[in-house]
Parts: sequence; structure tokens; C-alpha cells
Amino acid sequence: MTEAAQRAHMVTLHIYRGDQRGGVEVAYDVPVEPGQVVLDALEYVQEYMAPDLAVRWNCKAAHCGSCAAEVNGQPRLLCKTRVDAYGGADIHVRPLQTFPLIRDLVTDVSWNFDRARDLDPAFRPNEPPPFDLPQWEVDRVQEFHRCIECFLCQDVCHVLREHGGTDRYWGPQLMVRFAELELHPSDAGDRLDLLENEAGIGYCNITHCCSDVCPENIEITHDAIIPLKERVADRYHDPIGAWLRKLTRRPAASTGSGE
Amino acid sequence: MPYEVVHQDVLVIGAGGAGLRAAVAAAETGVQVGVVTKSLLGKAHTVMAEGGVAAAFGHMDGQDTWQVHFQDTMKSGHFLNNAHMVELLTREAPDRVLELEGWGALFDRTETGEILQRAFGAHSFRRLAHVGDRTGKELIRTLQNRAVHQGVAVYPEIIITRLFRDARRIAGALGYRRADGRFILFRTPTVIVATGGWGRLYSVTSNSWETTGDGANLAFSVGAELVDMEMVQFHPTGMLWPPGVRGLLVTEGVRGEGGLLYNADHERFMTRYDPERMELSTRDVVARAISSEVAAGRGTPHGGAWLDISHRGAPFILRKLPGMRDQFLQLADVDITRQPMEIAPTVHYMMGGVRVDPDTCATAVVGLYAAGEVAAGVHGANRLGGNSLADLLVFGRRAGLAAAAEVRDDPQLSEIAETEVQLAIAEALAPLGRTAGANPYAIQADLRRTMSQYAGLIRTGTGLTQGLERVRALQRQAVSLQVTGGPAFNPGWNLALDLQAMLVLAEAIFVSAIERTESRGAHFREDFPREDPAWGRFNLITTRGGEGGLRVRREPVVGAEPAAARTERPATASSGGPGRPGGSGGSGGSGGSGGSKEADQT
Repeated sequence: MTEAAQRAHMVTLHIYRGDQRGGVEVAYDVPVEPGQVVLDALEYVQEYMAPDLAVRWNCKAAHCGSCAAEVNGQPRLLCKTRVDAYGGADIHVRPLQTFPLIRDLVTDVSWNFDRARDLDPAFRPNEPPPFDLPQWEVDRVQEFHRCIECFLCQDVCHVLREHGGTDRYWGPQLMVRFAELELHPSDAGDRLDLLENEAGIGYCNITHCCSDVCPENIEITHDAIIPLKERVADRYHDPIGAWLRKLTRRPAASTGSGE
Repeated sequence: MPYEVVHQDVLVIGAGGAGLRAAVAAAETGVQVGVVTKSLLGKAHTVMAEGGVAAAFGHMDGQDTWQVHFQDTMKSGHFLNNAHMVELLTREAPDRVLELEGWGALFDRTETGEILQRAFGAHSFRRLAHVGDRTGKELIRTLQNRAVHQGVAVYPEIIITRLFRDARRIAGALGYRRADGRFILFRTPTVIVATGGWGRLYSVTSNSWETTGDGANLAFSVGAELVDMEMVQFHPTGMLWPPGVRGLLVTEGVRGEGGLLYNADHERFMTRYDPERMELSTRDVVARAISSEVAAGRGTPHGGAWLDISHRGAPFILRKLPGMRDQFLQLADVDITRQPMEIAPTVHYMMGGVRVDPDTCATAVVGLYAAGEVAAGVHGANRLGGNSLADLLVFGRRAGLAAAAEVRDDPQLSEIAETEVQLAIAEALAPLGRTAGANPYAIQADLRRTMSQYAGLIRTGTGLTQGLERVRALQRQAVSLQVTGGPAFNPGWNLALDLQAMLVLAEAIFVSAIERTESRGAHFREDFPREDPAWGRFNLITTRGGEGGLRVRREPVVGAEPAAARTERPATASSGGPGRPGGSGGSGGSGGSGGSKEADQT
């Protein structure tokens, strides 16, 4: 904490300022207000100290997922992270690490949107609506619809973050999207080939880090990835299943080659 | 300065519900569609819509029909609504909701597996299809995926600064990429403006930074007209404490699911303002009731009212309002399953906006369309909850179809002069080049205070005049704004450009509010506290005047006579029409009488 911060009721934020060419953390002293979130503090910095501070935000209510960043090394939504949670200690705010930096706290997350476009087929109903569905079946799919596309799970996925695996694995956020389609009771689309090959579901080794950071508390590993892995295994890695398919002449789309 | 050029058949500005629904509709006809958004895809303000989408399926209450929905909407709009638009809205809403499920959305279900509907303020029947308290997110995600998989080109984080037209029609749009400040020119025969409202004009609002009205101003600047600009909706229940969350929306679903309003004396004060409908009265009535209680010294510690749902019990609340529970727990240290919420009115929605043709959403400019909150006509003097999501689906689709049809009929691109483009680029860059000038953040703060003080829930003639003078003074200061930093992802620069739109729309609100010397719906004048039947026959149209100022004129409301609506209903009810295959076709008969009863009360 700087001296000025100690004198008044202030908190010191160390905010990463920079772009692809490099950057540093810059300290800003911000007055503390009751209930303040880190995004409030950043807005204060914008208004009074650094009008060009780059930070994404939209709804400020944890509904849109725009303001994902790292606070003291933890992936967080800035609009949901209380300043008082750090007990007056300095707060370090840095951009997501998995994606290329644009400026300050803003990263280029377009890769995720490109993969979402590649996720084909989209929802393919086996009959036109209205669907006669019980609430419990709706709930199962709705868990995945809670995703706010903040990409915090992509930020902590070690395949993407430590191993730069965006060319091999689409990451937990896209697995949630797969699950929402594959587990929809009225969906007739087949995406297992895509999942096994291009999307590289085999690279996930179920470390659960993604589920831990999800601000919507989606059980990404248990509810999305594991059921998807089971479906892929049934089709591509189960010798008895393969033999049965041969017998009944139901062709598998391809054999597992993604690993 | 060099710039990139892109060609589109239909350019949609704005990727909220209306913009995406328009893009989907246009793309389905086979034309090339581009969507430009200020933010990333899927982040638009539609995600904040919580309670549901109004559609008269009649799943819960068999008597409900589009005719009753029509009457509810007209009545709540105090008959300033365009009746034809309201008919389209209420007839088509069920189909628009149902088709979303065909694209992957899933609404909450009844015990028999139909789409569940919840009660909402001033809806005669349980009518809102919903997904817990995050219906807007379901809509936007569904439409986003549908659009992307139909080959719609998405241009995220681009800010459009100028529309071009020639003598005949719209010609294109100029914008810059927020990431690096590079300019991009869209050449297109049709533009659909779907940029939402301008709640950021006010210091307490439920709206995100994006809702600055830049799209409305773009349309206005090339010749579109504005209508009903004085009609600004205050949502009765915004969060109040702590300061950082002031204005954040507390869904009307809380009251729809049984939430009760109390003042500091633990009195259900709505008995004084609307004993019949109580908490589920219209938003204008509930918002003013809260403000009156506070003024009378019966407010909560931070100057609002209590909203309590805890009597419904934790399991019910966790299932029906999980988002609200999280929001209060994390941001206000309040557990709504045990404690009341402290709330106060917050600016939420603009009933006024760009004037459009009811069937096609065409503006006064050939090739230019507007849909969703940016457009006006459906909601009149007060919007019903749940009607905005219905609006953006129904009219987003209509705008998309109409624009696509126009492109097929007349694909000829209009020319844009290079000098015009260069001039627009220079104007946009000007705040970055100045070494001295006004600070956009300071002007914005002043503007927001001015609007809240003088154009708020309760207005007076003298206050409005003072506010207008202040806005004009701010306009003069904003001629030479100065910002620091470069063009790459610079929020200060964005604000400097958005501020120009905000100041125009602020002026439009004031001049219209001064003109309407009565109280109607959201517009309440202390000096004219009664609804004046003579005024009920007119909408206020805002255009550009001679010397850059704005001009207001009256025009008769289109087809708002309740009698006309009543005679029209029986004929359309039995015909089936384009409205309603599937769902609850069997409930039409009983609905007619329900509708007449509603009409007789007005």
C-alpha cells in the first residue's frame, strides 16, 4: 500500500498496463466504498486517473461474462469480486493469460467464437417444437445454458494455458456447448466425430480446474466432459461395441485418430 | 487515411435480441448479412432481461388469448401505442417463442410438459415464458448460435460513427475497430439499426455502458424521425445499496412470484396507490408509489422500499430466482431467502425512439430500418414487463425480412464520396488529436446528473426548462472534447464519440417532455398531474429544426381508439390468421369475452 493510500481510506490497485510489445503493473490509489467491486475501482481509475485504461465490461451483474480477468492471480469476474474480500491489501489485476493481449486488461478471445462457429451441426431437432418435456430434462440441459461465455475455464485449462494446446483441444467452454447439444433430449445431431478429432476431448485429463472457477457453478467436468467422453469411448474405443456395430452394420463415423 | 471496405446486402447494427433476430430472418432468405456490435457477441444488454417473454399461449390460464394481451398492452401504454404494432406483437409472439425452441432454447415447463408461464405486472393472466430469472440470456444465446450457423458475418467490437446516404437511399456505415482503431466502411443497400436504448443518460440505471443511444442518433442524423421521446421507463425495483450496485435490476419476476413491497413502517403501501393490483400494478405506478413513500418520510435507510420474497421459502426461491439470490448474496451481503431486499426505481427502458412502419420497421429513410428498443410505437407511455423480449423477436424478424426483400428488389448500391468518408474519419479522430478540451467523463457525469434531476420520475415545467438549458450548455462544451491515449481500445475515446449521441437524445427528451403538458404513463408532470384526454390523441414527433436545434410536432395516434380495437377482435380471433398454429389454439373462444371485459374497464 502506498503512503497516500494509508492516509486516506484508500486501496492500492496494481493494474497491468501494456500491449503485445510489453507492459508493467501501474499502481493507482482508489477510495474505498462499501460493497465496492474491483470493476468499480477500475471505473474510478478510468474516470479520474487513466481515461484510456482498457477493460471490457457490459452488464456489471455477472450475466454477460465480459469482465473476466485475473485478480491476485485468480481468474475472476471483475464485477463480482469484492474489494473488501482482500481486507485492504493491495490488489493486482492482470488480463487472462491463455489468450493474446490486446491492451491492458483486454485479450483477444476470438478463438473461442471461431470454434463455436465450427461446432457443427448446431441444434438439430428430431421433431418440430413444441417439445413435450418434463422439467427435470429441461434442468439437465439448462445447467449448460447457464454458461456466460466468460472463458475463465479456458484461462485455467492447463491444456490451453500451459501447453498452448489451442490447435489440439477446444477447451472446457466448448465442451459445455457440445454437452448442451448432445444431451438435449430432442436433438438428433451427431458431433462425436468432431468431438473425438478436431475438438480433441481426449486431451482433457479431468483435473476439474475448469469447474472450480466457473462463476455459474456449472459442473463442467462431471456433467459435461465425462458424459461426452463416455459417448466418444463407446463409439471409438470400445472393442465390443465396434464388433456389434460391424455386426449390425452401423458404421462409426471414423476411428479415433486424435490422440 | 486508409480504411477497409466490406460489402453486405443487409448490415445490422447491434447484436442484442432484435439485431440477431433480424440477422437470422434476413439470412434465412439467402442474402448476405453482417452484424456489427460494440461488444463481443452475446454480451448485449438483452442478457439482462430476467423475468420472461410475454406470449399468450394460454398454457396456465386457458382464457388468455392474444386479444387480452393486446388490451393489457394498450391499456398499460395509456393508448399512445400504435395499435397495429400491438396487434402484430401480441398475435405473433407465441410463434416467435416456440420457434426459439426449434433452435435450441428450452423454457421452463409445466407439470404436463408445456412451456410454463409466470405472472407479471398488469398482465391479466400468467403469460411470461421464462427460464428461471435469466430468460434474456437464453434468447441471446439461441439467436447468437442460430445466426452464426446460418453464415451471418459477425463484426465484434466495432463502433459505427456515421451512416451515409444519398438523395435516394442509405449507402453505408463507417466504423472503427476498438482493438486497434482501424476504420472500416460497410457498403450496403440496407441498414437495420438495433442498438437498444439510452439508459446511460441517467445516473441511476439498470443499463450497461453500451446503451448510449448512438444507433438512434445515427438514424436521426440521416433523416429518421423520433417519437414519444419523453417516455422513459423507471423500473420500480433496482438495487439500492451498496453504492456500486445502485440501479442494478431486480427482476419483476420477484413480484411475479409473490414478492411484497413494504415501506419503513412495514406497511404494504401499494394499498394506497393501486389496491386492486398491488405489487403487480404497472411499472409507472409502482415506481412513483415508491418515490412518493420516500418523499413522505417512509423510505428505507438508503431512501427506497423493501421488497420481500422470503415468505416463499428457500427451496422455491432457489429454483425460481437463483440469479437474484446470488446477486444479493455476493454484492450486498443479503440473503433474500431470509431477508428483504432494499430497492428503489432505476431507469430501465425507452418507450420512445425511432419512428417506424408497423409492418416492416422501415424508417423515413429508404433502406434504413429500426427494431427493438431503439424503435418506438409498441409500448406507448409505459411498457409492460415481458413485452420487450416479445417486441425484439416479432419486430426483429419483420425488419430482417423487409430489409432482405428490399435488397432483392433493388440491390443497387449508392455511392459514397471519398471526401465524405475522409471527413467522417477526421471528425471521429478529432478528440485524440486535441491538446486541450473538455473531459468526456466530466461531461457525462454532469449530463447524467442533469437528466436524473430534471427529467426523472417526477418532472416540472421549470425543471425541464432548466435541464434543457444545461444540456445545451454541455453540447457547446462537447464540441471540443479531448482524450488521452491512442486509438487502440481506448474507452475515453469511445465515450467522447458516444457523448455526441447522448447529448442529442437528452435534448430530444427535454423538448418532448416540455411539450407534453399532461401526465401520462411514465411521463409525470407535477404542474400538470392529470391525464388529459385531448393529449391522449397525439404522439410527439421530434425532427431536426432549422439551426441545428430540435423541433417537436404533434401527430394523431394511429388507431388507438379502444372501440376500434374491440370491433376488430372477433373477426381476427376466429380466422386463425398468420398468428398462431400449434400450442393453445383451443382457447380462442373464451378469450374474446375476457378481452371485451378488459376493454370495458378502460
